[in-house]
Amino acid sequence: MERHFEKDLNELKERLLWMGSLAERAVHQSVHSVLEADEQMAKRVLEEEDAINELQMEIDDRVVQLLALHQLMAVDLRFVLAVSRINNDLERIGDQAVNIAQGATRILRHPRVKPYVDLPRMSELVEEMVRNALNAVVRRDVELAQKVLATDDQVDHYRDQIFRELLTYMMGDSSVVFPAFELILVAKNLERIGDHATNIAEDVIYIVQGQDVRHPTVDRR
Amino acid sequence: MEASVRPALSVNLPPTTVTNAPSRDAQAALTMRMTVSKVNFFYGSKQSLFDINLGIATNKVTALIGPSGCGKSTLLRTLNRMHETVRHARLEGEILLDGQNILHQDVTAHRRRVGMVFQRPNPFPKSIFDNVAYGLKINGSKIPIAEAVEKSLRHAALWDEVKDHLHKSAYELSGGQQQRLCIARALAVEPEVLLLDEPCSALDPISTAKIEELLVQLKDLCTISIVTHNMQQAARVSDFTAFLLTGQLIEFSPTPQLFTTPGDPRTEAYITGRFG
Repeated sequence: MERHFEKDLNELKERLLWMGSLAERAVHQSVHSVLEADEQMAKRVLEEEDAINELQMEIDDRVVQLLALHQLMAVDLRFVLAVSRINNDLERIGDQAVNIAQGATRILRHPRVKPYVDLPRMSELVEEMVRNALNAVVRRDVELAQKVLATDDQVDHYRDQIFRELLTYMMGDSSVVFPAFELILVAKNLERIGDHATNIAEDVIYIVQGQDVRHPTVDRR
Repeated sequence: MEASVRPALSVNLPPTTVTNAPSRDAQAALTMRMTVSKVNFFYGSKQSLFDINLGIATNKVTALIGPSGCGKSTLLRTLNRMHETVRHARLEGEILLDGQNILHQDVTAHRRRVGMVFQRPNPFPKSIFDNVAYGLKINGSKIPIAEAVEKSLRHAALWDEVKDHLHKSAYELSGGQQQRLCIARALAVEPEVLLLDEPCSALDPISTAKIEELLVQLKDLCTISIVTHNMQQAARVSDFTAFLLTGQLIEFSPTPQLFTTPGDPRTEAYITGRFG
C-alpha cells in the first residue's frame, strides 16, 4: 500500500518533471527561433513562460507542506530539499529561454551575420545537458549526473569560441555589431542554462549519496 | 613569494558548528562517561542484545532508537543495572563508568551516580518537597536540604511553578510536572549520568517540549542517555543516536548525520518509515 506521504512525494516529483519538460521545450524553441529565424516560435516561448512560473510557486507550496507535515528524514529530506533548489534552477532556465527568445526577435530585424556553425552545436549540447539532468533526477542516476557535470567545460568552450568569432566580425564590419552582440548574449544565456543543468546534476548526487559536490574548493571539515 | 593554493577569504566568516559532512569519528575527540563493550544480554535462554559496543560521551545526549522489541530499553537499563531486578536475566561483557566496571561496584552507590527516569511519572506519595528531598535525606547532603531541593527543582525547570506550594502532594501536579519532579528527584543526588526511558510518551506536546528543552540544558550538568520511540524527539534533543534492530547495534552516528545521511540501508528504511 502506498503511504500518503509517498503519494505526496510522487506527486511532487511528477510536477517537477512536468516543469522540467516545459523548461526543456522553452530552451529548444528559443534557440531554434534564432537558428531558424522563426518569430512565431519566439512568441510561443514568451507565452509559455507563465506556466513555468506558476509551477514554480505550486512546487514551492508542496515543498513547504511536505516539510511541515511529514517530518522527513534521510533520502526523503534530501530529495525534497533538492527539489526546492531544482525548482529554482528550472525557473531560471525558463527565464534564460525567454531572454534568448527576446533576443531572437531583435536579431531577426537584421540580416544574418554569418552561417551558424557553433551555435547549433552548443545548443544541442546544452539541451542534452538539461535532458540528462532531468533524467538523472527521475532515475536517481549518479553516473548520468556526472556526465552532465563533465559536459559543462565543453559548453564554456563553445561560448568563448562564439564570442571570439563574433568579435572578429564586429571589428571588421560595424554594421553587424548589434545582431552579433545579441548572438553573443544568446551564447551567454545558453551557457547559463548549462550551469543550471549542472546545479540539477549536483542535486542528484546530493539526493542519492548525501554529498554536497557544489564547491569542491570549499573546505568544510 | 610562494604561491598559495587557496587565496585567503577577503571576509572573515564567524565560526559555525554546521558542517557539510560531520565525521563518523566525531566521538573520537570526546571523553566517554560510559563505555559498553561486547555486551550480550539474555532473558533466560532468549538473547536480546548481541555484541553491543557503544560509548556514552560526557555531557552529551545519546539517544537509543529502534522498533519495539529491538533491545533499546534493555540496553538503557543495563547502564544502571536495572536488569538485575529481572529473574533469569544475564549480562555478558563489560560496562564502564569513568573507566570502572559497573558490575563490580556496589549497586546502590552505582545507581546514585547513574539516575533513571521512567516512561510514566512515578512520584512518591509524598509532598513535592519530600519527593526531591528523599534521596538527599538518605544519602546526606553537603548543602542545606531546602537549598538543594530548590536547586534541583530549578534545574528541572519546575521551581517557578511549584515554589508556592512545595508541601502539596506530588499527585496534585499535572503529568508533565510530575515527570519534571521525577527528573528533579533524580538530579537531587547529583548523578553523573541520567538515563531516561521514553520520558515523554505519556505527556502532551507542551509538556514534551518542556522536557526536551530541559534535556538540552541539563547536559551541561550531567551526561544523558534517552530511549525514545519518537525519532523526531531523538533528532531534536540528542548529539549522538544509536539505531538498534533485533538486539543488534546497526548504526551509531552523530545525530545530524544519522537523520540526513544514514550509512546503513536498514537505518534509512526505519527512519523514513519504510521499515518492514
